[in-house]
Amino acid sequence: MSSHYEAPVRKPLVLGDKSYGDISNDIARPVETPPNTDWWIAFSIAMVAFLWGLGCMAYTIGTGIGTWGLNKTVGWAWDITNFVWWVGIGHAGTLISAVLLLFRQKWRMGINRSAEAMTIFSVIQAGLFPIIHMGRPWLAYWLFPIPNQFGSLWVNFNSPLLWDVFAISTYLTVSLVFWWTGLLPDFAMIRDRAVEPWRKKIYSLLSFGWSGRAKDWQRFEEVSLVLAGLATPLVLSVHTIVSFDFATSVIPGWHTTIFPPYFVAGAIFSGFAMVQTLLIIMRKVSRLESYITIQHIEMMNIVIMITGSIVGCAYITELFIAWYSGVEYEQYAFLNRATGPYWWAYFLMMSCNVVSPQIMWVKKIRTNIIVSFVISIVVNVGMWFERFVIIVTSLHRDYLPSSWTMFSPTFIDIGIFIGTIGFFFVLFLLYARSFPVVAQAEIKSILKSSGENYKKLRDK
Amino acid sequence: MMSDLDLVLYTKTGLGDGQQSSNPWLQEFPDPITRVTWDNYLTVSYEDAERLGLENYNVSNGALNGSYVNLSNDNSTIKVPVIIQPGQTPGTVGLSLGYGKTQAMSEEMNVGVNAYRFYDDFKRVHKVTLTKVKGDHEFACIQLHNTMMGRDEIIKETSYEEFIEEDKSVWNPTVMVSKNHIETKVTSKEVDIWREFDRSTGHHFNLSIDLNKCNGCGACVIACHAENNVPVVGKEEVRKSRDMHWIRIDRYYSSQDTIRGDVEAKDEASGFREYRATQTKLEKASANPQVVFQPISCMHCNHAPCETVCPVAATSHGREGQNQMAYNRCVGTRYCANNCPYKVRRFNWFQYSDNDEFDYNMNNDLGKMAINPDVNVRSRGVMEKCSLCIQMTQKVKLDAKKEGRRVRDGEFKTACSESCDDNAMVFGDINDRDSEILKVKDGDRTYRVLESIGTKPNVIYQVKIRNSKKI
Repeated sequence: MSSHYEAPVRKPLVLGDKSYGDISNDIARPVETPPNTDWWIAFSIAMVAFLWGLGCMAYTIGTGIGTWGLNKTVGWAWDITNFVWWVGIGHAGTLISAVLLLFRQKWRMGINRSAEAMTIFSVIQAGLFPIIHMGRPWLAYWLFPIPNQFGSLWVNFNSPLLWDVFAISTYLTVSLVFWWTGLLPDFAMIRDRAVEPWRKKIYSLLSFGWSGRAKDWQRFEEVSLVLAGLATPLVLSVHTIVSFDFATSVIPGWHTTIFPPYFVAGAIFSGFAMVQTLLIIMRKVSRLESYITIQHIEMMNIVIMITGSIVGCAYITELFIAWYSGVEYEQYAFLNRATGPYWWAYFLMMSCNVVSPQIMWVKKIRTNIIVSFVISIVVNVGMWFERFVIIVTSLHRDYLPSSWTMFSPTFIDIGIFIGTIGFFFVLFLLYARSFPVVAQAEIKSILKSSGENYKKLRDK
Repeated sequence: MMSDLDLVLYTKTGLGDGQQSSNPWLQEFPDPITRVTWDNYLTVSYEDAERLGLENYNVSNGALNGSYVNLSNDNSTIKVPVIIQPGQTPGTVGLSLGYGKTQAMSEEMNVGVNAYRFYDDFKRVHKVTLTKVKGDHEFACIQLHNTMMGRDEIIKETSYEEFIEEDKSVWNPTVMVSKNHIETKVTSKEVDIWREFDRSTGHHFNLSIDLNKCNGCGACVIACHAENNVPVVGKEEVRKSRDMHWIRIDRYYSSQDTIRGDVEAKDEASGFREYRATQTKLEKASANPQVVFQPISCMHCNHAPCETVCPVAATSHGREGQNQMAYNRCVGTRYCANNCPYKVRRFNWFQYSDNDEFDYNMNNDLGKMAINPDVNVRSRGVMEKCSLCIQMTQKVKLDAKKEGRRVRDGEFKTACSESCDDNAMVFGDINDRDSEILKVKDGDRTYRVLESIGTKPNVIYQVKIRNSKKI
């Protein structure tokens, strides 16, 4: 049973004395029991925020983009900051499920389901912004190359915004299919346990008639691998393309060849931080400490630390290149970033993204749940400011000083951002009570090799 | 408090004596020097402002605020906002006439203070007393940064002496960019990543703006307003940096004694600390600066950064050199405006016509008489900008075609070039070998703004020559 053997030095991935039945019970429990008061409070807050944001979006669409704080010089600010922020958060899911699958990293099994859910929900938030930031959002379908009767009108394939449309929609599609494929045996598990007929009906539909035959499993494994192969390049391509929005422009501070790798690292960085935030809460409230262990948290902290350092290198490289280029506009753009009117945003970005993850070098700290939680929030604050710094401080003082101005958000700008956070949590909270939040079928496959009780048995 | 100051009452280029103060175009016209719209204000010297503790400062969205003073003589006192004016002689203050009319004015047009109360019997100056009072005035100023930061690619100037004695390569050298560490002319094919359009047949329009002739009067701004149905957005929106002008006249003060001094100061700074200190210093205008004007409209770049980024191809290149906007194709992503190095694109943040919130000339029957039927009125959510008056050039072509003749040189015009009294603007077809524009374009003084970016604009500039020994 070579596949059931794992080196004794490896720490167990499933803690406690778990049997296959226990795993089913643990994962199905949140779905089969009614939510408690805490869930309802959290859900109500998220719902209120969501409705507030929806109101602000409706007001924007009804009245005009003038309800935001933008002006002739700063044409994008919170809208695209939020867009890039949410897309970035959406990166961890695919990385965990696809890249770690290809690399046979089994610790992904405890977290991949929720990470992918987070990916999909955050890409939905991200997808809202390119639509609502348009002056005429009812014409958003013009961004798709749809045959039309407007003459020979076609989309402009030179435009990075068009590449975005393809990148984001491909990413959302592949992530959704990948996520759902993994969910099939788990939905079937809930279906098979269901007592109420309506529940059985719903989960039968969701599981696409999973039968559990050997052929099903064989196809499942194959399609997972194929999708992982398809999704892996997407991890790199999506944020690369998002970075092209800036990198292909002529604006100093945007026109930067380092952007693609820098954005991808930043995206993984913020995505892992968001997974950390969500799972630290979820493992507690859904009693999943046996499956999402301190080891998982530590692993994610290491990824956060490494990607944070890559991002830090990129920040410093940018400064160096600005000086080395000898281009006066470039030099001023970076001087202005660090010491101009928005110096505080740059300072927040540097301290949250580069300095704060460095404490993860200490093992005691990276295995501490409270610190991990705090840092995961700090990182996402920092990553929001990174995008704000890139977008606003580059635009507000570009080539001709006569056009220089500043940006200040209105309550509509703020409301929409809060609204997307609300929307995200509405989706995530619903998910947490209706979906199997851990890939239990996969966990079962490693129970005998990496389960604590089986490891102990072997050690004897 | 300061007494015994000399008050000079003047009339602004835009509003004059105030007889037309209910004309929204004139109210929204930025003063050529202060670039403040929708207001009059007391101009005060640096020295006096410091003594009285008066301030001009920018709030979080960039908008300009200024202290209030009580301006008084023996008979009356009025509360006026202050603009601290570089170049103002200490001991003098200036206030423009024509504002503060309250009768027969709609409420949103009711701006400024009535300076006639201080006007006495054709006197050149009037003795007044200033007292600082509490509170800050909210200005609608469209230029919030007053210096050029030593960027010599924006306005080029030389002295008369140098112009006469030296070769072009001294005072208007070809812009060089680095390719593989080799200095290469920006006009060379080597550094051009784009394919050229075929320009050999048909018309190819160029607009030349002579910085030596432009005195910043702003007739072009108003002409463009009238010709192209440019909306008036009102004081609050201008304050938010959302003016809609298709052409503007940038005004820069020097930070050192001279404009060239700024460039030298910037170039000489070495090391981060000195660089930072110099840049900070360059932000502030000198108390006695040199002043330059520069009309800026869409540059109609042959390699336009806006054209490549529009996802729906709403802005694309015209056969005759224009960069064109298809308003009804625009979905309003504003990417083009972000990517415009000259920041000339204007977005319709709201519906400006038929909207009670913007009760200027596009909201009532009488005002709409001023709308040009040859140009459409843009709806909200679309980008707009200078079209090189394509409705005018098309008309010229069609008329010539009907009459079965070639277009004569001088027939092609734009609203701005037509309105320019000083003939600072020359517009025409550079494919016409006898045209004036071709002679101007091939002259030694021609340069292009921000040429090193490689945008290859069709709007060209003529180097300014100062009538001085050195600059």
